[in-house]
Amino acid sequence: MKVILDTYQLKIIIERLAYQLVENYTDLSTVALIGIQPRGIHLSDRIMAQLGKIRPGNPIRYGRLDITFYRDDIRQELHKPKQTDITFSLEDKNVILVDDVLFTGRTIRAGLDALLDFGRPKKVELCVLVNRRYSRQLPIQPDYCGKAIDSLKSQKVKVQWDPEQVILL
Amino acid sequence: MQLTTRHLLGIKDLQFSDIDLILSTATQFKEVLQRPIKKVPSLRDTTIVNLFYENSTRTRISFELAEKRLSADTLNFSASGSSVSKGETLLDTVNNILSMKVDMVVMRHSASGAPHFLAQHIPAAIINAGDGINEHPTQALLDAFSIREKCGTLEGKKVVLVGDIMHSRVALSNIYLLKKAGAEVMVAGPPTLIPKHISKAFDIRVEYDLVRALQWCDVANILRIQLERQNQVLFSSLREYNLAYGISRKVLDKVGREIVIMHPGPVNRGVEIDSDVADSKQSIILQQVENGVAVRMAVLYLLSDKSNLN
Repeated sequence: MKVILDTYQLKIIIERLAYQLVENYTDLSTVALIGIQPRGIHLSDRIMAQLGKIRPGNPIRYGRLDITFYRDDIRQELHKPKQTDITFSLEDKNVILVDDVLFTGRTIRAGLDALLDFGRPKKVELCVLVNRRYSRQLPIQPDYCGKAIDSLKSQKVKVQWDPEQVILL
Repeated sequence: MQLTTRHLLGIKDLQFSDIDLILSTATQFKEVLQRPIKKVPSLRDTTIVNLFYENSTRTRISFELAEKRLSADTLNFSASGSSVSKGETLLDTVNNILSMKVDMVVMRHSASGAPHFLAQHIPAAIINAGDGINEHPTQALLDAFSIREKCGTLEGKKVVLVGDIMHSRVALSNIYLLKKAGAEVMVAGPPTLIPKHISKAFDIRVEYDLVRALQWCDVANILRIQLERQNQVLFSSLREYNLAYGISRKVLDKVGREIVIMHPGPVNRGVEIDSDVADSKQSIILQQVENGVAVRMAVLYLLSDKSNLN
């Protein structure tokens, strides 16, 4: 077991990701932050809280998306669906998809499929905490990335939120 | 995450964990049904046949819609106009359909136990959409979902089933489910329509006085008088039944507090329920129909799991 990111580093990364969003989008009201269930929402919750500190009264729309019904592996294993709460249309929005670890890219593929059922976004970007490089099975890359790591396929990256740390198993 | 069963033949065979899993999955499907695009690709590799040996409007449309919302391919079969009238047996019919690579069977039959028989002989997953006077599991599940949605929980809720308990598969499935979920159950109706030992068999209350039954309950599920299954005279006339056991505004006024009114449909207005009650705010009849699609999507989704095929 190896700690990749400790609590302090995680805090700084979340602050940085929030600032990158603010830097890229001067008009935050065109942005929708979408956390992917079940693990991405812990990161998106924290980014959202950070954005609130940077821009009091921050007008970003925030939703959570469950991708269970869009998975391409339901014939291998059924997953229990979690709540989706996107109460606004994504039509013409700049959507930031948020997940904790980017590995094969299949979750994000399903997420993109699911997103389109809520309207046609102007643009979709991807924000992840950990990017496991050289392990993609689909042509998907992050636009905002906490930390990029090189790891073996057999290894596991675990993001823990209590206490806050990222470990490599 | 899996159901403990491969088929949905009845609530009797389900664990409470299964019921809970179906209902919580249905909550997510209900959200899907509120989206601009009310469709998910989960079952796009699955073919489902709807085998209806008995008439149905709600259940058949609800199942078909649920299948389409899940992107499954569907086949509709009804006994009339098929080779059943040429003398083909149930098993032959189903085996012929399955040889065309069908994965799941949704089935309604007038003979109790027909889906159980089929489950022993064919490899596909079977969902009982009502068998004779035995069970109608998806109806009980959607009733439970609707009560949960309206009252928050099933545990400790007092539910009365009113009317033709004897011939109602909805009643039996509801009794099994409500007991498993920890609700208190009562059946009410004329003595001729309530099986004699039902109180002992299921550990439920029996009440022959409608007003007293309604005063006791939080939720009243009004069942249809199943004239097509009654082969002897069990009450003198529909009008008399209505006077004694019909839910009217006048009866509800006597109850004094607001109770939730449910009905599985089709409604015989002026027999078991009057129009002013069926169309009132207290009634969640149309919500039940809406929830039916979400609940059936959950059942189909959870049973489509082929990894447990052995």
